Amino acid sequence: MEILSRVHARNLTEWAKDNPQVLVMSADLTSSTEIDIFRGAYPSRFISCGIAEQNMLSAAAGLAREGFIPFIHTFAVFIYRRAFDQLAMSIAYSNLPVKLFGFLPGITTPGGATHQATDDIALVRALPNMTIFEPGDATEIESILGPVMDVDGPVYIRMLRGDVPRLFDKKDPFKKGVNRVLSRGSDLTVISSGLCSEEAIKAVKALKAKGLSIAHFHVSTLKPFNPKDILDSIASSKHGAITMENHTVMGGLGSIVADAMAGAGSGKKLYKLGLQDKFGHGASKGYLMREYGFDAMALVLKAEEITGAKFGITGEDLKTVKIEIMHGDIKAEDL
Amino acid sequence: MTTEEVKKARQAASGIRKRVLAHTLINNGGYLSQACSSADALAALYTSIMKLGPVPEPIVPKPFPGVPGPLNKDYFTGGDFNGAHLPQYDRFILSPAHYALALYACLIETGRMDETGLDYFNRDGSSVEMIGSEHSPGMEVTNGSLGQALSQAAGIALARKLKKEAGRVFVFLSDGELQIGQTWEAFQFMSHWKLDNMIIYVDVNGYQCDGKMENVMNIEPAGSRLEAFGARVFRARGNDFEELAAPAGLAPDTRPTVILSYSCPYEGIELMKQNAPKFHYMRFKNEEEKKSYTELLRTWKS
Repeated sequence: MEILSRVHARNLTEWAKDNPQVLVMSADLTSSTEIDIFRGAYPSRFISCGIAEQNMLSAAAGLAREGFIPFIHTFAVFIYRRAFDQLAMSIAYSNLPVKLFGFLPGITTPGGATHQATDDIALVRALPNMTIFEPGDATEIESILGPVMDVDGPVYIRMLRGDVPRLFDKKDPFKKGVNRVLSRGSDLTVISSGLCSEEAIKAVKALKAKGLSIAHFHVSTLKPFNPKDILDSIASSKHGAITMENHTVMGGLGSIVADAMAGAGSGKKLYKLGLQDKFGHGASKGYLMREYGFDAMALVLKAEEITGAKFGITGEDLKTVKIEIMHGDIKAEDL
Repeated sequence: MTTEEVKKARQAASGIRKRVLAHTLINNGGYLSQACSSADALAALYTSIMKLGPVPEPIVPKPFPGVPGPLNKDYFTGGDFNGAHLPQYDRFILSPAHYALALYACLIETGRMDETGLDYFNRDGSSVEMIGSEHSPGMEVTNGSLGQALSQAAGIALARKLKKEAGRVFVFLSDGELQIGQTWEAFQFMSHWKLDNMIIYVDVNGYQCDGKMENVMNIEPAGSRLEAFGARVFRARGNDFEELAAPAGLAPDTRPTVILSYSCPYEGIELMKQNAPKFHYMRFKNEEEKKSYTELLRTWKS
């Protein structure tokens, strides 16, 4: 599996060349949010705001009203926790084209609860007019800016930084409202998002090798959520569905799927992996995913619990799972 | 300001107070004090200080178009009442939406809103809201959540600088907003980005919802605080048209300009003095009190 570094930093700078109405706004986290190369390339389009996020969000609304497209970059918590009123009233209410790149989703930082956006989807989803994207790999980061611009209104992007794997074929770009079908099967449907998808791919592969028939979807448009193919799969899954997310299970992907299932009258069971109504703390990503139960092994254990089977899959097995490039929208006959 | 301009502004200010008083009587309550303290500044801004795009004839407010959203193509802002958004024209941003009634009255007095506009005030399905919103006459950003409009105006001012537009951005602020953290973030931003195309009028009437500001939460010395944040600050008497207007005529010098308009919450309606320290919303305590205000309106001298 290919690991790429600082994908957004290079991609944004290159892409911005043909999008002169885009301004990048920073709140003192320029290299931490991968906009340092952009600043070097386009100093006059870089708006430094200092550690003052409430003003940054409202000022972005003013710039958007005058025809610019502000790309706000900061840690996610400082967008939706620090400046929620400004996000709601200056930006979302007016449906202005402000694009908010929130970094450090969930437990991707050892910075502890103050830096970990573990409840952002729940809060931002509650705001009318907001669109929410969450890329899961380098291919999606590289191809997300066009779809972000195409949305007539504000977009919140739950962004990954630093070293990111390439899970999906470069020829399969991010598409708004299209869930990636990574596997089809009839025992269980797994729905994952963000960095959980890499973990889920490993677990699904190991479980399939043991004979379990699993459907796996990767969701990168969290709002508006397109439930069609997922609901169809859940309806034909013997043991129901498992969601897996780097977020609290209250209001995130699990709740989004639950809403859709309830609305469709699904009689299947839903199991939600993620932070179980808990704050995070400062530790490594791997440690925290294990502690809070949303790594590959957690999915294996949940599959065992609900199927009543024992697969004998070990941590070593999961470590050695080789991930090949996944082709999105696979056709059933290809499997 | 010329003598003629002062006369015109004074007439408009008197008209604003009279209309708001009449309206407060009809509705048995209203934001009367805000009109008293701000009428002179609003009148000076609209009759003389700002260069807004003309409005060919007084506009009749349209019904509420529904909240903004990608599917609502009928949505509009109340910016039309302030004229076209052309590079050479100034903009006006009202921050404390609680001054809506005073602004509506000002728009009527200056020929921008039809006299019938106030008939729609606070009516269900109307855009002439009690605490105005961005679709309300004369307003064009989300301004009800105090402290947010100044930052939005700063964004507009920065955009106008980037586009090299000559028009300025005027903001009307209430003194209570100097208690809000975001206001100071905004001033920090405005001076850092040298937004000398911004002119901010602060209605320093010294009172807020809970009472006298020096008891609720002191903001003084407001002038030196603002100067420390990089603003060019002027202090004016809130009822002195020339003092209010003069700073806006100065050449820009990289700093945002602030005019602290030290006003009186019962300016022009002395009867209201007895309400001290509660001026935020006028409610008539009894019929006798209402009668005295009715009499004041009947004998109003403009």
